[in-house]
Amino acid sequence: MSVARIEAKQGGRWLGGYVLVYLVFLYLPISLIPLFSFNDSIQAAFPLQGFTFEWYATLSGNSALSGALANSLVIGAIAATGATLCGITVSYMDLYGRSPLAAAISAIARMPILIPGVIVGISLLILVNLIGFGPSRTAIVLGHILVALPTTVVIMKSRFAAIPKTIREAALDLGASDWTTFRRVMLPLSLPAIVSAFMLAFLTSFDEFIVAFFLAGTEPTLPLYIWSQLRFPKSLPTVMALGTAILAVSFVIAAIAEILRHRGLAAAQRPVPANLSKPEETERGELQWHST
Amino acid sequence: MSTIVARQPLPESRSSTGFRLAMLLPGGLVTFFLILFALGLVVFLALRGNDGSLLGAGFTFANFITVASDPLYWTVTLRSLAIAGLVTLATVVTAYPVAYYLAFHAGRRRGLLLFLVTLPFWTSYLLRVFAWKIVLAYNGVLNSALIESGIWSEPTLAFLNTPAAVVVTLAHAYAPFAILPIYVALDTIPKSLLEAASDLGARPFTSFRRVVLPNSMPGVLAAALVVFVPTVGDYVTPALVGGPASTMIGTLIQAQFGKANDWPFGAALAVAVMLVILAVVLVVRFADRRFGSRT
Repeated sequence: MSVARIEAKQGGRWLGGYVLVYLVFLYLPISLIPLFSFNDSIQAAFPLQGFTFEWYATLSGNSALSGALANSLVIGAIAATGATLCGITVSYMDLYGRSPLAAAISAIARMPILIPGVIVGISLLILVNLIGFGPSRTAIVLGHILVALPTTVVIMKSRFAAIPKTIREAALDLGASDWTTFRRVMLPLSLPAIVSAFMLAFLTSFDEFIVAFFLAGTEPTLPLYIWSQLRFPKSLPTVMALGTAILAVSFVIAAIAEILRHRGLAAAQRPVPANLSKPEETERGELQWHST
Repeated sequence: MSTIVARQPLPESRSSTGFRLAMLLPGGLVTFFLILFALGLVVFLALRGNDGSLLGAGFTFANFITVASDPLYWTVTLRSLAIAGLVTLATVVTAYPVAYYLAFHAGRRRGLLLFLVTLPFWTSYLLRVFAWKIVLAYNGVLNSALIESGIWSEPTLAFLNTPAAVVVTLAHAYAPFAILPIYVALDTIPKSLLEAASDLGARPFTSFRRVVLPNSMPGVLAAALVVFVPTVGDYVTPALVGGPASTMIGTLIQAQFGKANDWPFGAALAVAVMLVILAVVLVVRFADRRFGSRT
């Protein structure tokens, strides 16, 4: 083993320790929320008092809360559907449309990532007031489609790019129409990514605060409800119980989305003989969240 | 480069108009109306006088003149830039070693670590900021830990409601944003490049400084951008942990659309923020090109 190799190994150990510390930094503050949600005190401070389910009990039968939850679920489902639909078509046309228009749409669709949420919020607020329906659930849906759009476009684009070009070309050469190729070949091949894009878009909408803050009419979403409760010290333990439930569900959804996306990438690369696929192209596509 | 033999006429040439229309329509409508048109409206409104109506009255530069001449807006804008800059620096510097470990040392644990690092991003931002409030509060976790361990004798007010609290909270919130682009850039550096450096006698630090770091700069710049942009306009964090001394531009914009009810002026502030971000994006693009030409 060369000196350089040994040094690299030792460096790896130091770095490993650093990564551990970093993970503690990432998770320690978040873990306080579940911790204090079981604490028998209004104060979120150490030492812990007693163990209690009281705060969870106050969650049930709270009509303002369940209304906000239902609102968030409906908005999330519709916005995620819209964002995923746009993500699929925009990225597909960007890759295969061969038109400047499609490329421009794709570039613009990824733009909201470069616009702070406050500005997305006010620009849509002006827009929906101009159109005439004003702040409402519909307005929030539009806002959340916009906020989730860059994510769905990037996910779908890297997915479509990972499908070897030859598969699509074969379908077209065999006489399949664009529709058939899209519906029977490309969509099934990218299904895991579609599900994962939908889930991540849903989570984005479900957690989004500032855009909804500007566009909410009379019915708040869950983050807006939490925001309104943060002002009252007495309701903080309940917020933490609610937060724990949200964290748990978010973790599960994110994990499922992750597994699906992984499976999708693995499946895409399996059936093609190595000499036909061009791994350099597919593996280094765009912003990849993962190497496989 | 191309290894494909004798290309047939491109399959795309058969694309039916109906197909193209159906595929371009949803994305086209969304990007045109929700992005371009809506942003255009902000610029339009910023140039209008405030007469209480939705789109204001008369064209005027008064809003921009106020933004540019009133020291309050300069102070807040500079503070937003300083805080966002500090957050970006802190996030990128602390994220780099994590991305480096993931790219070069993680081995089989890579998938799991990547998941763990990105997971907090998919949990509620509001709750993450709120968690920091619990940590930093007067009777919060940090204070009680310092007192329990005997380092401090009584709780201090020095943590919460400071610009430092905003920086730490935002650096925590945007950490996953920084790690991913840097990791992707590091991961695409061919391992043979590092072996060559080592074979030519470069010590690990030298090959890091001369090979790895320059090659990862596009990722670093992308990370900086992805952290900086949402941070400049952030509203939640200054409101929850920042206190009055760390008012940021997002807060001012919100106030114009809320309490002050001066939409044209709020729009002008928003345009100012977008111009600042545009300038930063252009600088990053320029830097990116310089680094790009190096490899």
